[in-house]
Amino acid sequence: MESTMLAKAIVMAGSAIGAGLAMIAGIGPGIGQGFAAGKAAEAVGRQPEAKGDITSTMLFGCAVAESTGIYGLVVAMILLFVNPFIGKL
Amino acid sequence: MNIEITGPKVMFEIAGIRITETVVNGWIVILLVSILSYFLTRNLQTKNPSKRQLVTEKIYFMLMNLVTGVMGKKWVRFAPYICALFAYSMFGSLISLTGLRAVTGDLSTTAAMAVLTTIMVIVTHIRTKGVGGWLKSYAEPVAVITPINIISEIANPVSMAFRHFGNIAAGIVITSLMYAALAAASNLLLGWIPVEFIANIPILQVGIPAVLSIYFDLFTGFLQAYIICMLTMVNVSGAGE
Repeated sequence: MESTMLAKAIVMAGSAIGAGLAMIAGIGPGIGQGFAAGKAAEAVGRQPEAKGDITSTMLFGCAVAESTGIYGLVVAMILLFVNPFIGKL
Repeated sequence: MNIEITGPKVMFEIAGIRITETVVNGWIVILLVSILSYFLTRNLQTKNPSKRQLVTEKIYFMLMNLVTGVMGKKWVRFAPYICALFAYSMFGSLISLTGLRAVTGDLSTTAAMAVLTTIMVIVTHIRTKGVGGWLKSYAEPVAVITPINIISEIANPVSMAFRHFGNIAAGIVITSLMYAALAAASNLLLGWIPVEFIANIPILQVGIPAVLSIYFDLFTGFLQAYIICMLTMVNVSGAGE
């Protein structure tokens, strides 16, 4: 009884640490989206009349670039709320 | 502190099939979109159009221009599907404004959308190039690369489903965390008042979550609907070239 409690605690701690580590993936899209937004600002500065097209293209690119960060988030959420490893004990 | 973050709850069972919140809210969204389409397209006139008709025409031309602009004139027959996808995705996210759980905050919904898109891509590919041409496209540019092509074919719908689900689900999680934090903060603010009734008023929960809601419900919901339609259009028209 005591040892299963301990095992559970270790698994939950590992899951929490893993979720935190998974969110490191947020760095990538952050840099990428910042870069894209900077380039879009440059483009608007150069061609203010194309602002609408530039904005929609940038939003589309940002949302696609975001997917790697979202993978990290999904993995973190699964680790935190679904606890898939507890059932493996 | 009791923060409760769960997936969609099971509402009831029909013949052993569990009907979740997502399905029920999905029915509400379908009903809403159907009623809206019915209401918007009654009594259309060529002369003296009503305000309602002007709104209908505005929406129609906006979506039609989007489809023809991205896919080209010859794919205009996909426009109804794209519009339906857009409406379902957008209203499915916006339904969280009413306090119900967002339909698209469930991986099943977005995965269904992504699988439909993949089927459409494959069917379009086979229609334009034949079964042989479709199978051959996996071995291009060289035959060695075939496993990588197959992986990318699977990864595409997975990334599409996860992107939409992740954005909306993150909104749900952050909003519920925010509500809990605001409840704790207002408890700290008013907790010293000896009257139990006043001390329990979550005063900070008024107004502040609305700012988050504008971003997570309105902006993200609209953007993700736009993106899933855009990706569908780009993939389908890319397969048919």
